[in-house]
This record gives sequence, C-alpha cells and structure tokens, in this order.
Amino acid sequence: MTALRKNKQTTHEIELAGQLALLDLSGGLYLPAHDALLVADLHFEKGSSFARRGMMLPPYDTRETLDALVDVVARFNPRAVVALGDSFHDVGGPDRLGDEERSTLSGVQSGRDWVWVTGNHDRILPESIGGQVVEQMRLGSLILRHEPAAGEQAEVAGHLHPVGKVVMRGRATRRRCFLTDGKRCIMPALGAYAGGLNACDAAFKPLFPSGFTAHLIGTERIFAIAKSMLCRD
Amino acid sequence: MSKASPSLLPEIFRDWFRSRGWEPREHQLQLLAKAKAGRSVLLVAPTGAGKTLAGFLPSLAELSERGAGRGTAKGERGLHTLYISPLKALATDIARNLEAPVQEMGLPIRIETRTGDTPSHKRARQIERPPDILLTTPEQLALLLAHREAGKFFKDLRRVVLDELHSLVTSKRGDLLSLGLARLLSLAPQATTVGLSATVREPDDLRRYLVPQSEHEKAFADLVVVKGGAQPDIRMLELDEHLPLAGHTASLSMPAIYGLIKQHKTTLVFVNTRLQAEYTFQELWKLNDDGLAIALHHGSLDVAQRRRVEEAMAAGRLKAVVCTATLDLGIDWGDVDLVVNVGAPKGASRIMQRIGRSNHRMDEPSQAYLVPANRFEILECRAALDAVHEAAQDTPDARTGALDVLCQHILGMACADPFRLEDLYEEVRSAAPYAALTWEDFEACVAFVATGGYALRAYERFAKIVKGNDGLWRVRDGRVAQQYRLNVGTIVESTMIKVRLGKTSRARPGTVLPRGRILGEIEEYFAETLTPGDTFLFAGEVLRFEGIAEDEVLVTRAASGTDPMIPSYEGGKFPLSTFLAARVREILADPFEWDRLPPQMTEWLLQQRRRSIVPGPRDLLVETFPRGNRFYMTCFPFEGRLAHQTLGMLLTRRLERARLKPLGFVANDYGIAVYASSDIAARAAREPGFMDELFAEDMLGDDLEDWLAESSLMKRTFRQCAVIAGLIERRFPGEQKTGRQVTISTDLVYDVLRKHEPDHVLLRAARADAATGLLDVKRLGMMLQRIRGRIIHKPLDRVSPLSVSVMLEIGRERVYSDNADEILAEAEAALLDEALA
Repeated sequence: MTALRKNKQTTHEIELAGQLALLDLSGGLYLPAHDALLVADLHFEKGSSFARRGMMLPPYDTRETLDALVDVVARFNPRAVVALGDSFHDVGGPDRLGDEERSTLSGVQSGRDWVWVTGNHDRILPESIGGQVVEQMRLGSLILRHEPAAGEQAEVAGHLHPVGKVVMRGRATRRRCFLTDGKRCIMPALGAYAGGLNACDAAFKPLFPSGFTAHLIGTERIFAIAKSMLCRD
Repeated sequence: MSKASPSLLPEIFRDWFRSRGWEPREHQLQLLAKAKAGRSVLLVAPTGAGKTLAGFLPSLAELSERGAGRGTAKGERGLHTLYISPLKALATDIARNLEAPVQEMGLPIRIETRTGDTPSHKRARQIERPPDILLTTPEQLALLLAHREAGKFFKDLRRVVLDELHSLVTSKRGDLLSLGLARLLSLAPQATTVGLSATVREPDDLRRYLVPQSEHEKAFADLVVVKGGAQPDIRMLELDEHLPLAGHTASLSMPAIYGLIKQHKTTLVFVNTRLQAEYTFQELWKLNDDGLAIALHHGSLDVAQRRRVEEAMAAGRLKAVVCTATLDLGIDWGDVDLVVNVGAPKGASRIMQRIGRSNHRMDEPSQAYLVPANRFEILECRAALDAVHEAAQDTPDARTGALDVLCQHILGMACADPFRLEDLYEEVRSAAPYAALTWEDFEACVAFVATGGYALRAYERFAKIVKGNDGLWRVRDGRVAQQYRLNVGTIVESTMIKVRLGKTSRARPGTVLPRGRILGEIEEYFAETLTPGDTFLFAGEVLRFEGIAEDEVLVTRAASGTDPMIPSYEGGKFPLSTFLAARVREILADPFEWDRLPPQMTEWLLQQRRRSIVPGPRDLLVETFPRGNRFYMTCFPFEGRLAHQTLGMLLTRRLERARLKPLGFVANDYGIAVYASSDIAARAAREPGFMDELFAEDMLGDDLEDWLAESSLMKRTFRQCAVIAGLIERRFPGEQKTGRQVTISTDLVYDVLRKHEPDHVLLRAARADAATGLLDVKRLGMMLQRIRGRIIHKPLDRVSPLSVSVMLEIGRERVYSDNADEILAEAEAALLDEALA
C-alpha cells in the first residue's frame, strides 16, 4: 500500500474564477485562499435506502464514503468543509446512520467549520447531525450550491454526478470527473454508491455554452481530458 | 435389453402407426415399458430418431386409456404431463406436432403451452383448469412453482419430459431447472421423469439429474440408447489456394460454399458468431447471381425477422440459412440435406449435433462439410473429423449448482409456501447439481435472501423472508413476491441493447432521429466500444454507429461499398474444447500425422520445424523475437481464447513487475502474443529459470486476486450473479431511464463488497463462475500444471511460421488491458497533441 501511495499524485491544480483550486483524487476540491474543502453528493445511507425496498446492497457504503472523507480532510486539514448537498440519500438517512459512523462523522467535524448545503435528496437535515445547514453560500467570488444554475455567476455545484467515458483503440474506461470551464465547476459524487451521468449528456450543455475540460479521476492521478475526447455511453 | 412388445401400445395407437405406414420403434416401446414399470429414464438418441414422440407416447397412451370420461367438475383432474424445453419456440413447435396424432386418433387430450407470451387470462385459466399436457420453459416452471396454488396444480402429475437435456444441464438454467424438478417431485412423488438427449460423453450425469439424489448413494434413472444410424458423410472442404494464417472469415471458401448450396436442396450454414454470420451472409449474396433464397438467422436479430426465416424454412421455401448456435437446438427444419460448418468446430459433440441437423431420416448418412477459415482451423477440423469417426464425445462435465441460482430458488419457494429450513435443505440436495451442498452454504444463501447475509447485520428490519414463531420461513409481503416474479430466470438480458435504424433530420442536417425500425440487439459491451462514425456489420448490412439514445443504439445505413471498420470478431462464444485441443496438439507433434493434412499445412509445419521447433503434445513452446522496436513473446497452450485472455492479463502483470515494460497482448484459441519494450529473451538468457517462474502456477494466487479486483470481465460476472440472486432488480428495456437514484451500478457494489466481505456468498458465486466462464481460470490452472517443467523457450531473431498466426491478430483482435490510467494517459496526450499542432 505504501509503495502505491508513493506514485500517487493526489492533487491536480486548476484555476477557478481567478483563484487556485486543487482537485483531489478523492473527488474533493480544495480552495487554498479560503482554506476550505468542498465535497459533493456523499449519499450516505444509500445502501440502507435500497434495503428498505428489498435490495440488500452491502451495508458498508457509508463507512466507505466516510473513510474517503476522513482521508481527504486529514490531508488538507482545512478550516472549513462544505458538503454540497445530497449528503444523505434520503431524509431518513441521518436516523439510520450507525453509531460507529456517527462518531466518525463528529470526529471529522470537530475543530473546523462544517457546512451542509441542502440538496434534493436531503432538503431537511436534523440538528443532531452537527454543523450548519444552508441552502447555498458564497465563498469569495464563488457561489456554492447543490444544483448548478446556468448563467454568468461563478459557482461550484454537485447534483449531476459527472463521469467521463474515454475509448482509446477499443479500450474503454468510465471514471468520475470534475467538469470546468474556469468559471463553473461541477464536482463528482463522492458517495461509494453514487452512480454517474455521462458528461456528454444534454444536462451539461447549458452550463458550459463554450465547452469544458473534464478532469477524470484515474487510479493514480487526475487526467485533463478535452471534451472532444469524451464518448457517450 | 429385452425387446419390448408392441402390445404395450393401445390398439388405437397401433392402428394409427399402421395407417401412416410406420412401425413403432424399439426405443419408443421401451419407453412405454419403463413408464408402465414406474421408472424414470434417459433416452439418448441421434436427431431424427423420433425422440420427442417416444417421450410423449407413454403419456398419450395413459391419457387415452383414462378415457373420455374426464372430470366434469372444475379442476377435478390435474395436470398429467409437464414438458420442459430450453426454447419457447421449441415448446410451441412440439405442441403443434403433438396435436396431429391426438386429433387423428380423436384422443380426449388437452395440450397447452405456457410461455412468456401466454396472455394473463389464459395463465389464470390454466391454473384453475389444468390441461392434460403442458409445454413450457424452465423459467415458467419456476414461476409456476412459486405460485400459491402450486401444490394443488401439480399434485396429480404423472410425468415430466425434459427435452434437449444435454443442452439444458450445462448452464445455470439447468441448475434452476434441477431445483424446480426437486420441488416437483416433492409435490408429486408418484411422477416419473423422461430426459431426451443427444449423445453425450457421460450419460450417467444426466441419469442422476433426472432422479432425486440421496445422501448415501447416487441414484440413476434407467438408460435407453438408440445407436446412430449410418456413419455421417463428413469431410473437410479443401481448396487449391492457401488459407490465411489467421482470421475467421473463410472468404476464400465462399464460392465453393455457394456451389454446394446450389447442388443441394436445403443447406444449413453454421458459423460460430453473430459477426461471422453477418459476414458469410453478405459474401454469399455477393455471389448470388442465381438469386437463391439464402436467409440469415442469429439470436440478435429482431424476433419477428427470425420467425419469418423459421417459417420460410419449415415451408421449404429457403435454399440455405446462415445461422449461429441459435439453431443448434432441435426445431424441425424440414428437409435439410447438407450442413456446412464454417470456421473452427470447437468441440466434437457440438459438431456432431450440428451435423445431425441434416437428414432427419436417421438411417441415411448425414452430409456435411467442415470449412476451415485459417491454417490452425485445418488442424482443428482434422481433429474433429477423427472424433466424429470414432464417435468420441466431449460434452462438458456435470455442473456444481450455482449459489446465486439457489438464492433465487429459495425466495421462490418462500413465495409458494412457508418452509422449514431443514426440509428445504433436504429437498434442494435431492437435485443432482446440489447433492454436495453444505449446510453452511445453504444457510448463507438463506441469510442472503433474508437480509443480504452480511456480517454487519444492518438490515434485519427490512428482511424479505422471515422466520415465524412456528419455525417456518415465509415471504414478508406481496411486494417481495412481485419482485421475485419480475426477476425470475438465469438469463441476464439487460446486457443486450436494441439497434434502431435512424433517419437523418431534414430540418437539422447532421442530426439523426430515432425514427426507423428495430434491427435487433447487440451486446451492451460491444456498443460501449463504438464511437460515432464507426461502421460495423449487422443484420446483413454495413451500419454506421450514430450514438446511443433512449437506451437504443442509433445507426444509419453506411454508403454502399463501405467496408466495416470495426472487425469486432469476438471469437467463438465457445472456446476450443479440452478434448479437441489435446488432439490438435497430438497431430501437431506427430510428423506421421501430417500426411493426413492438406499439403499447404504440411509445408507450413515443415517450415516451422526448420525455423524453430514443433512442440511435443504436452510441451509449451514459448518463442521470443524482436520486431520493429518491440520485443515479442508468443506461446501456444491451445486452451481456448478465454483461458488465454486470462493468461495474457496475468503474464503482463508479471512482466510489468519484472520491469520488462509489457505494452499489451492479443489472444486467440491457440495461443497468445505479448509485446514489450524491453528484451524478454535477454532477461531469460541472463536468468535461467526465468520462463519457468513466469509461467509458474502461483500466478493463480495473488496475481489473479489483484487482477480480479479491477477486471471488467469479473465485474460483468459479478453483475450477472447479483441479478440472478436478486441483489438488484433486473433492468427492463424502456425502464432504464427511471433516474439515477433508483438504479445502482453493480461495479460500485462489487468494489465495496470485495473490500469489506471478500468471502460473501455472492463473491463466491462470482468466483465459481469465473473458474469456468469468461475467465476460464480452471482450465488455465490445468494447463499451468501440465506444462510445469515442460516449457521450451526458443529465442529467435524473427517471427516463426507458427507465431505469425497469432501476430496477425494484432490490430484485428482487441488489445486487452483493464488499466484505466493507461487509457486516460493516452487520451490526455491526445489533448496535448491537439494543442501543439
């Protein structure tokens, strides 16, 4: 494991609305100017949400997502963490959170500002979950919200779970990705069971009228891929 | 075996046989005698022996003797005979064929089919008032058995007829059917079974399948064998031209095949893959100056189109049909007088079953040609011809029942009736594939069905089946039962995607609208590799891939004369059988055998001997040579494409670790070629034993585990298990765009489960599949064992005749790699190139 880590290049620098942003291999985005870490679409308790409907997915997704979150928070040790909505897969999610997971979550929250932006899956969040709950917020020139809005305003959002698919000489790979045109950034979903929407989908078009670059999360590092290289599913 | 007396047959039947100028055949009478004695029986007979009639004759006789006084009150008399066929079409076909004697003799027998197409009112009526004979499929049987009325419906059952048993038992469908049969025989202990089968290597496996097994000894059904009639008249098509060293199109042989079609009444042209079918069909039409009625039939074509071909064939309107394995099974095709098998035979039994399609009168010899498409296939055809003449069989071993199928069955049984765990365990173990099932595995499956069976018991309150105070397990509610009904079956069809012909928009040139008709279906994973603009062969034409819209592949017709860009030969679905592979190695190793090969082949082998060596039957020849600025390593295990792909994946990992910088590999049925940017031969010269270590069996340990973690083939295998076991719901066409939140990618589930519970029952099921399925790990293991200490490394300065054949696959076959970062790096570099240009 240590041998692997050495080769890993966990962050990838881009410029976003005039400031430096570090895209992280975990799917998080760090803004050094504000010492803030952004994560999107954690979808905690998606497994148990499916189990209610008879699909008994392995009940380890929350733990897995939390591990990734703990890992990225430990690396940046930021002053503030903002979760960009759909942090829980449904409104009952916080109630179903196991004791161990709940204490891991408070552990990672302690000693820093923690903001939950609400999303369509988790419009209501109980106070017991800690941190501050907002519909959207401003960080310098950037608006942080769950659902991206087309327009001139620079923003970071989640909601769409972008993935990019690349086919080279018959070999295909489909990975989570950040999409950005330098002004707007749509973050990948961090949740272990969060699926993805192909970056070529029409939903992204109005957000990036003059195109975007996709930053695909590989195994060892992040790769910048031109829109023209991406394929539909 | 003593001769059975015709007096076993009721008078009316004897008259009927006489009126048609027939005699009841010996095996038909034998089956009557077995039925009278209350014995279950396996009937092994070649095509054309009147197998089906033999299977039904005891039922028809009994039902006729029961007389016309059938019950007046509803449901007084239950189902008498249940017939199970692997194909819906076959069930319908047989029902039609049975109606003829029943009507001609005026027998008071009601025969009905029950398939996915049967309307719901008819289904309900069938439950209420069962027919005498019901013809159905394994999936429909599973549904019937999960019905609350199952006990009542089957209580009077006398006989179960299992058609094409040899083909059913080789898959998970066979596992499902065996479990269904176990339940049937508990509901109706008086019933006997009849299995109808083509010739197989181990009839005992099928005999066990037909009767309940007990803990202490193996039980067998009786056996009736009909010896094949005349020796088939089968030969290899030999050409004057030299066959290519690789490739599967047999393009040189097309004129000769066309000539054969012309000379015969009706010809079946069998090929191994859908794409070969497409190609052959197109080439034959290019030659078709006489306008012969030549049709195309493969499993991916639209059902309506397939039915049209089948009808035209049965009516004798077709001169030839180019077809794939979809026609391997015994639908009656009328008067076929020639079978042509294009490409590698793959297995001796397979080829014999195909040949059996010609000449339905078993006393006349079948006429058949084997058409090799490349030089290796000449060897394979030679080996297959020998096997046919010796009547040697190579049907696969009996299966061990899959755990994912068992999970599905357990839920079905809970839907039918509450059960005691111990009772169901005993019943399940009476099915031959599950005879060795341990209590622990059974419990794990029950736990999976209930709550997922995870060590972290988080889902108790959502349990699908629950144990009541009475100690019985029952299904939680009707919704769970509904879920079961939607997910029944072992064929995971969502891997197919529809192909629709698009129309170019007039208003917006360049836009293609999905307005045309459906041409058929292709595999999702094939569609995934296409990029807009790619052209490929499908449904007899060259199509241009436009994109995927609304879960359909959108295509347009390519300009005429376009060559398909995507070769996409996926190899045979069926890898070369172990048996034929061993024979091929023997022929290769024995120069005296070479005399029996066409001269072009002998010449080629002599060249190989001059330039390198020809390996012995148990040796593994490894050749290394430089070419361009790369270093190649080829080897020839002859273990089939699937095992070779796995070997290639593992070898490249090992070469990577040895810092030899492997770049990729290609595999075919005979061997693999790996290429690297470092000199493999130089390393082998420096380090004696390097090759032995490279091919050491321990690659099936950690290397395999590492690869499985990311292998897309493994993920596909897992997905199938997850769907069959009921972990996730089957996706139905048109339902797929219901939103991201209701679907879940099994790849994500695989990653999480593998990390947290590597021994979970679903992962064990997937690993068991990988052993024989897409990864063929078991066969690779056998090979590595065989070649231990027998690796012959031959460093060469240039490519040998043998190696050329696999080298030619480069660029034709897909280069295999599951390394996402490599693909991404290449795409990223393309962006840079663009920027610098």
